[in-house]
Amino acid sequence: MAYSEKVIDHYSEPRNVGSLDKSDLNVGTGLVGAPECGDVMKLQIKVDPETKEIIDAKFKTFGCGSAIASSSLATEWVKGKSIDEAMSIQNTDIVEELSLPPVKIHCSVLAEDAIKAAISDYKSRNQD
Amino acid sequence: MKLPIYLDYNSTTPVDPRVVEAMMPFFTESFGNSASRNHAFGWEVEQVVEDARESIGNVIGASGKEIVFTSGATESNNLAILGAADFYQKKGKHIITSPIEHKAVIDPCHALEQRGYEITFLKVDKDGCIDLKQLEESIREDTILVSLMAANNEIGTINPLKEIGEITRAKGALFHTDATQGVGKIPIDVDEMKIDLLSMTAHKVYGPKGMGALYVRRKKPRVRLSPIMFGGGHERGMRSGTLNVTGIVGFAKALELSVAEMASEAERLTGLRQRLYERLSAGLDYIFLNGHPTERLPNNLNLSFGYVEGESLMMGVSDLAVSSGSACTSASLEPSYVLRALGVGDDLAHSSIRFGMGRFTTVEEVDYTAEKMIVAVKRLREMSPLYEMVKEGVDLSTVQWASH
Repeated sequence: MAYSEKVIDHYSEPRNVGSLDKSDLNVGTGLVGAPECGDVMKLQIKVDPETKEIIDAKFKTFGCGSAIASSSLATEWVKGKSIDEAMSIQNTDIVEELSLPPVKIHCSVLAEDAIKAAISDYKSRNQD
Repeated sequence: MKLPIYLDYNSTTPVDPRVVEAMMPFFTESFGNSASRNHAFGWEVEQVVEDARESIGNVIGASGKEIVFTSGATESNNLAILGAADFYQKKGKHIITSPIEHKAVIDPCHALEQRGYEITFLKVDKDGCIDLKQLEESIREDTILVSLMAANNEIGTINPLKEIGEITRAKGALFHTDATQGVGKIPIDVDEMKIDLLSMTAHKVYGPKGMGALYVRRKKPRVRLSPIMFGGGHERGMRSGTLNVTGIVGFAKALELSVAEMASEAERLTGLRQRLYERLSAGLDYIFLNGHPTERLPNNLNLSFGYVEGESLMMGVSDLAVSSGSACTSASLEPSYVLRALGVGDDLAHSSIRFGMGRFTTVEEVDYTAEKMIVAVKRLREMSPLYEMVKEGVDLSTVQWASH
């Protein structure tokens, strides 16, 4: 199967690989997928407590090239967005941007789930 | 050294130039139909085909008369299983096989299940070995056929053919072996191993694609098969269709070369396999061997690289042609059924890579492969959440995964 140029680009030079301090109250962590399914994504966001803007994002992904590219792209997209704006990112946007074939759509779904999981984690730890 | 490096010899092999040379005259000059009994064009080719048949038979200790030419091992397996099942249905409708056979054996068995046959799948252990005692106990009065492969195409594990043959012969069931990966690589003798039906193919031994054969025993016992294709009654009525003369000539030549070089090649390839395994083991942690450590094909190394997904790993070594048991590389989106049957966890099945070495593989290529693999695995582990968790001391089996 041939990969799109953008998938290859994100795979070869993934943006924002790494980890944020998950004990930091301003950090939200999303861990989605399962090793048995062949993909696990960890996506973390760091939120500015004043402006509620996402000022940093990091990921680590176990999965195929398209899964790595989807999560790399997701971190790029959430940075600079408000939490509400980030919540509105759809997997179909990722499919379109990376030209993912039908068999790889689940990678984009997982990336969307990862963003939502990270935001939900952040919110649950900052309820006041 | 030329890139990309081909390390998928368990999948197919290039045709040896000496084989091509032997085939050439039969495309244009000696193009006759071997079934044309009434003119010189036919006679000439018929003799060539019969010589090739004899020579192919000799490779497995059989006579030429016992060789039925087919389009490849898939057809041979289908003919052996469906043909025997149909012919012997009055004796019984029970067949024994294993869950790690090639799909060309498993799927005809499933098709027979739909027609009222009963299939027993033997258990395999973590190395891919069957339990001979279970085999013996599974054979019943109505068991007509036992189909067990010579060597596994994914993990390389070799079955104890002689021991299996002793059991099936004593119990009165026919023994079919899919020897696609075995012929030309490991010694096989149908009499010594009491094999009744044997499938083989040319393209795994540096012959052309689309060419195979089925050995059908003629004496003690005489094996009968119902045809699965009907037509001109070629091949003693078992396989109609004009013979693929160029393919047959190429197959015979390819086997002749493979057998002549078998012992020295086995030794050389085992050396390369060990070298690759040792280099990778020295450079990486969490790597796991799939298949039997010693009872395996000389040219097959199957490893799982923990916490790294196979397809992404192959993407990282794009100048190496290898294969993976990862779901992402299959049409079914399921990880390798062979590795699953061995009890390898799905996570490690997704992380598996098969290296298949062959006639044209060099030490230099193996060293380059090891180097590239180590770099790629390390890079992917840097971005693997699983590797990070394991290094933090998390037991992954205790994590509540959000499956999807």
